[in-house]
Amino acid sequence: MSQFQQDALALAAKQNGLPWLEDFSAQAADKWQSTLWPTKKTEAWMYTPLTSLQKNQPLSWASKTDVFSACEKLIDLDATRLVFVNGKFDATVSSSLPAEIILFSGASKDQQALIRQHLGSVIEGDKHLFSGLNNAWLADGIFIHLKANQQLDKPIYIVQVCQGEEVHAVNQRILVLAEKNSGTTIVEHFVSADGKQSHFVNSVTEMVVQEDACVHHYNLHLEDEQQQHIGAVHVNLGRSAKLRAFSLALGSQLTRIDYQCHHRGEAAELDLQGIYLPRNQQLVDYHTNIQHWVPHCTSNEVFRGIISDEAKAVFNGRIHIHPKAQKTLAELSNKNLLTSNKAEIDTKPELEIYADDVKCAHGATVSQLNASALFYLQSRGISEAEAKKMISFGFINELLQAIELAPVGDYLTLILADILGRNSSLDLVG
Amino acid sequence: MLSITNLHAKVEDKEILKGLNLKVNSGEIHAIMGPNGSGKSTLGYVLSGRNGYEVTQGGIEFSGKDLLDLEIEERAREGLFLAFQYPVEIPGVSNMEFLKTSVDARRKHQGLPELSAVEFMKLARDTSKRVNLDAAFLKRGVNEGFSGGEKKRNEIMQMMLLEPKLCILDETDSGLDIDALQVVAKGVNEMRAADRSFIVVTHYQRLLDFIVPDFVHVLSNGRIVKTGGKELALELEEKGYAWLEEAV
Repeated sequence: MSQFQQDALALAAKQNGLPWLEDFSAQAADKWQSTLWPTKKTEAWMYTPLTSLQKNQPLSWASKTDVFSACEKLIDLDATRLVFVNGKFDATVSSSLPAEIILFSGASKDQQALIRQHLGSVIEGDKHLFSGLNNAWLADGIFIHLKANQQLDKPIYIVQVCQGEEVHAVNQRILVLAEKNSGTTIVEHFVSADGKQSHFVNSVTEMVVQEDACVHHYNLHLEDEQQQHIGAVHVNLGRSAKLRAFSLALGSQLTRIDYQCHHRGEAAELDLQGIYLPRNQQLVDYHTNIQHWVPHCTSNEVFRGIISDEAKAVFNGRIHIHPKAQKTLAELSNKNLLTSNKAEIDTKPELEIYADDVKCAHGATVSQLNASALFYLQSRGISEAEAKKMISFGFINELLQAIELAPVGDYLTLILADILGRNSSLDLVG
Repeated sequence: MLSITNLHAKVEDKEILKGLNLKVNSGEIHAIMGPNGSGKSTLGYVLSGRNGYEVTQGGIEFSGKDLLDLEIEERAREGLFLAFQYPVEIPGVSNMEFLKTSVDARRKHQGLPELSAVEFMKLARDTSKRVNLDAAFLKRGVNEGFSGGEKKRNEIMQMMLLEPKLCILDETDSGLDIDALQVVAKGVNEMRAADRSFIVVTHYQRLLDFIVPDFVHVLSNGRIVKTGGKELALELEEKGYAWLEEAV
């Protein structure tokens, strides 16, 4: 067992779990203990060494709820807001929770039964090392339960803020059960209060999206660069169910996000878009795995990354079309822009197709700035440095403009324009 | 305004310009005509400073400065403008932001304050009207999804916003229908001024019906082989270029 595994187990033992989930966590802890630690030869971690996990030790749980100190970083969103500080729910800055949003710790007997029924049901076996750890560390979670035909008029905005100088572990768990023909928008926002945090965040979102239900999901990783985050989104799509997902990661010492989506009902649709922007010596790793199990489903996946300085990004996009999944339409595009000679991208689209009547396309590109575009801008009096920023921003701006939830789009546009040195005030005025 | 002396330039080791001489005074319009491959576009790129276009001999003086000493953007800020034959599409970069950054860069160089967003917006809307371009284009990506004619009108719009001293129009008439051609020509004619000069590069006499040049030059094999008045364009239209090349 690796040092990190041992430390993580010790932490699990210190977690005050819920009695009715004790066996669930204990089982996961056992599995965690017996799992072989990834090496350089382990496919899923080949380009992302876990050695940095030891750096921010020793980890501890936050013992109390610190006063929330990152108000100015919130998105101005008319939403049902849940704020967690270092993993602890802070009711004072959160909305009063409507009936469909339940903390595990406040669940009724019936709700506990529902949670038990679905928790872990989407996560595939023991394939996900850190989702297993999330199970083992589980002390609380958020259960979003949409009953049949229920459409929430306000988005659910979940903020996980890391703050203070103590090094904490944060375990976030969200379980979404969207019953037939229901719909909602969920925004997950991970943020650091200032540059002083070196927390380790392990987040898992599990979604059961049933027949004709539609979930919009935003997964925003805006933590500061000393932090570490390993996260996963696991989804089951039922018949004609839809997931519209957007993910963004700025990069940190270690940011690894997995998307696991199973199309289990016919005519299910997935739309997944993502942006990553590692700088300095940051790392971002996206692993996506879309599994088409049944006929007539679609998936459309677009990721774009700008890798600067000495940063590194990994993108592994897998589409697996099982034998029964005829008439599948699946597309995957991953484009990368390297803005420095020392930046690195390891991109790998993977298609595994076992059905003969499907339409699949995938592509990955790695490029530097377009010389013609650069010349065009410079020939209009714009300096080379400025022109480079404009073109870089334009590269991701195409995806930003497609964001449906306008306050999220505006918020991210300002942050990314700032990072890329652009003044985007005109875009917002115009 | 512009003085080109014995200009030799090469692209990827191939010599394209072979001793070109040209003098353009303030307020003049010069047309440059010539067969394909004679070096017309190269001249525009060399003047604007595009990478890969290497000057091996000769010199260019622009407004009393050694043009070859200046970076691409410095030439533009000094008032040199190249309207592209094929304007570049830059998705994701808003046309409005591009235009404002560009105008501000030129203004700053002239010691003028930057325009406020509101001031600029008004200027941009007014200017887009002058070239018959819907203001909605301002919000799109730079040239993104524009038709050929819209791209060319966008070039003329940029020219109007930047108010350059020297405008080089590189086959601005190519791919334009007669209506768009008139819009472009009208724009250029409105811009004519005693302190502004034009170099109009074209294959066809047609554009010169609308933009009447003071001089017509024939560029062939990297040199100017004949210079005349506007009537030379008509003669070329009639006879083609071959007779000139033979004469040289």
